[in-house]
Amino acid sequence: MNHDKELDARGLNCPLPILRTKKTLSELASGQVLKVSATDPGSVKDMQAFAKQTGNELVSSAENAGEYVFLIRKR
Amino acid sequence: MEEKKMALIATKGTLDWAYPPFILASTAAALGYQVQIFFTFYGLQLLRKDLSLLKVSPLGNPGMPMKMPFGPKWFKGISWNIPNAVQSLVPGYESLATTLMKQTIANNGVATIPELRDLCIEADVKLIGCQMTVDLFGFEHSDFIDGIEYGGAATFFEFAGESDICLFI
Repeated sequence: MNHDKELDARGLNCPLPILRTKKTLSELASGQVLKVSATDPGSVKDMQAFAKQTGNELVSSAENAGEYVFLIRKR
Repeated sequence: MEEKKMALIATKGTLDWAYPPFILASTAAALGYQVQIFFTFYGLQLLRKDLSLLKVSPLGNPGMPMKMPFGPKWFKGISWNIPNAVQSLVPGYESLATTLMKQTIANNGVATIPELRDLCIEADVKLIGCQMTVDLFGFEHSDFIDGIEYGGAATFFEFAGESDICLFI
């Protein structure tokens, strides 16, 4: 799936991946998609919680060799 | 949907205990909460201009793992069980522990306290200093960062009474 912007949150720990995601999303327009890469295992659950509470859609969440990739569509 | 609110009371003034209020506040703000933190007693230290004053003490804290943040894996894995009596006698033990803790924080990609505090300020988290404790400890407003308000218990309740989440840290 295509994305409009990318955020590299690898190497960052809680709560930085979420805070950076929130900040980067504010630079996008409604309906645009942000791709976030992270290495914090806690970010899997946190990203779901963030999406649920902010109304942004978590389009996909995947893991590959200790790296997590999330696609989030801005509400 | 009305904005949710979170009220925190920060009462601890050590490097380790600086984390919970700033992590929760910055995250809540990112989730759309309106947040206020009331800093009282030792928590006032978290509002100081110079946050390098914050220290962590392993003394009297049996829950703190004492591991080295450098060297090969086997070395990092060693738990240094040093008796309190020894810790209290060694000069500079607290400074050493603080240095090691800061290194561990950096190694793990955990934000620094100044960084988290700035993120809170950027996200419009309202910081309130307890005026009573400022007087009690002989602080001046100039010891603290700009842009904070000062008030008492009644000030805290004004916001906390309407909050969805209220925590004492």
